[in-house]
Amino acid sequence: MNRNAKRTLLTTFLLAALLASSVLCLRQAQAERGREATLQEVLYLPSGKVLKRLSLGYSSLLADIYWTRAVQYFGSRHVAQATHYELLYPLLDITSDLDPHIIAVYEYGSIFLSQPPPNGAGQPDKAAALVEKGIRENPEYWRLYFTLGFIHYIDRQDYQAAQQAFDKGSKIPGALSWMKVMAARMAERRKDVNTAILLWTGVLDNTRDKDVKKTAISHLESIRADLDIMELDRRVNAYHDRTGTYPANWEDLIRAGLLQGIPADPHGEPYKLLLNGVISVQDPKQFPFLNEWRYQ
Amino acid sequence: MTARLSAITLNTFREAVRDRVLYNLVVFVLLLVASAPLFGQISIGLERLIVVNVGLTSISIFGVIISIFIGIGLVSKEIEKRTLYTILARPVRRWEFIAGKYFGLMLTLAVNTGLMTLGLFIAIFVFAREQAGSNRGLLVAVYFTLLELAIVTAITLLFSSFSTPIFSAIFSFALFVIGTFAEDLRNFASIAHGVTKWLVTGVAYLVPNFAALNVIGQVAHDQQIAGRLILFNTLYALTYAAATTVAAIMIFERRNLK
Repeated sequence: MNRNAKRTLLTTFLLAALLASSVLCLRQAQAERGREATLQEVLYLPSGKVLKRLSLGYSSLLADIYWTRAVQYFGSRHVAQATHYELLYPLLDITSDLDPHIIAVYEYGSIFLSQPPPNGAGQPDKAAALVEKGIRENPEYWRLYFTLGFIHYIDRQDYQAAQQAFDKGSKIPGALSWMKVMAARMAERRKDVNTAILLWTGVLDNTRDKDVKKTAISHLESIRADLDIMELDRRVNAYHDRTGTYPANWEDLIRAGLLQGIPADPHGEPYKLLLNGVISVQDPKQFPFLNEWRYQ
Repeated sequence: MTARLSAITLNTFREAVRDRVLYNLVVFVLLLVASAPLFGQISIGLERLIVVNVGLTSISIFGVIISIFIGIGLVSKEIEKRTLYTILARPVRRWEFIAGKYFGLMLTLAVNTGLMTLGLFIAIFVFAREQAGSNRGLLVAVYFTLLELAIVTAITLLFSSFSTPIFSAIFSFALFVIGTFAEDLRNFASIAHGVTKWLVTGVAYLVPNFAALNVIGQVAHDQQIAGRLILFNTLYALTYAAATTVAAIMIFERRNLK
C-alpha cells in the first residue's frame, strides 16, 4: 500500500469515526432535551398570527410543518396512553392561524381534542372553539357544522348548541339531508343511544382518515356490546326470577327458552357469563368505550 | 505546523476585518437600541424578554450570514486572485490551508459574537435592568450560537472546497434550514415504518441538527439549561464540525488546481 492510499484510508476512518461520534453525542443531547423539546417551543410563541408575519409569506409551508407536529404529538401521546395533551391545542391553534383553510385541522384536530383521555385530550370546550374558528374561516363547508354538533352532543352534552350547529349546517348549499334529521333529534335534548349510533355512523361514512374510522367503529362496537349486555342482563334476571338462581352458563338460558344460541359480541367472541349473572366481553381492550351507554 | 496554521488563521481574520465584516455590529446595535424601547411601549413589562429575543436571534442570524458569505469565498477567492498558488508553493500542506481558513473564520465569528454579546448586556442594563433574569443562561445561549456557527462554517467550507461561491451559498443555506427542522425529521422517522423509517433516520442524523443548539426560547423565559446538554452539545458540534472539515480536506486534497 503506497503512502497516498494509507493516508486516504486513515482520513476515511477518521471521518467515519467522527460522524459516528457525532451521532452518539446528538442522541445523548436529544435524550437530555426530551422528545417534546421542539414542540414545547409553542409555549413561548406569542401567537400564530405573529408567527405568520415572521414567516415572510411562507405561512402555508409552516402550517404544514405545525400540522405534522400536532399529529406526531397526538400520535406519540396516544401510543403512550397519556392522560395529558397540554401542547395539542396550542399546536392546532397555531396551525389554523398560519393556514385557516386546512379543513383536516378542524375535523381531526377537534376529535383529538374532544375524546376523553387516554384516547384524546378530554378538552371538548377547546375542540368546539377550534371548530367554530374553522367555520368562521370556511363558512361554506357544511361538514364542520356536523363536527361541531357532534362535539356539543357527545362530549359537551349541550343539546341546544348541538341543535343550532346541525340546523345552521343543514341550510348550507350541498349539505346532506340527514343534517336536518340530526337537528330534529337534538331538539329532544336527551342523550339517547340511537342518536349516538346515527352520529357515529355519520362520522364513519364521512371520513377518509383510517384512524378516525377506527375510532368510529370502536364507538359503534362498544355501543352495540352495551346494548347486547343490557338485553342479556334482562334475560338473566328473567331466569333468576323464574328459578331463584343465576344461570351457570349460556346453555341454562337456552334450555329455559330464553336464548336461541350462545350470544357473541361484535368481534364474534362469545360473551362471558360470570358468577351472580354478571355479563362481560371476552376482551375489554377491544371495547374501550364499554359501559358509556349502559342503562342510559 | 502550528506557526503555519496560526499564520493562515490570523491572515484570514485580518482579511475579514479589512473587508469591513465587523460593520454588521452597527446594524446590530441599531436593532437593539430601536427595538427595546419601541416594543417595550406596546408590550408592558416585556423589555427584557424582547431585548433578549432580538439580541440572541440577531447574534445567530448575523453569525450565520457572515459564516456563509465569508466562507464561500475562502477557497475560491484565493484561486481567483492566484494567491493560493503562492501559498501552496511554500511548505504549506493543503489540509493546513483548509484548517487555517476554518480557524480564521471562526476567530472572526468569535470576535463578532463577543462584541455583540457585550452590546446585548449593555442593552439589558440600559433598558431592562429592573427586570430580573439569568446572565448565565444568556451566556449559554451565546455559546450554543458559537457551536452552531462552528458547524455552519465547516459546512460552507465543505461546499466551497468543490463548488462555485453562489452554489456553495445556496447549498449551505439550504442545509442550515433543513438542520433547523432536523428534530421534525427525527420525530417523523420515529412514527414511520420500514425503509422510510431507516432512510429518514439516516438523513436526520446526517444533516446537522440545529434544534438542539437553539435555547433562545428557554433562556428568554429564564429556564435552566442542564449541564449535560451543554456537554453533549459541545461534543456534538465539535465532532460534526471536525467530520465536515475532514471531508472538505479530503476533497481539496484531490482537487486539481492547475
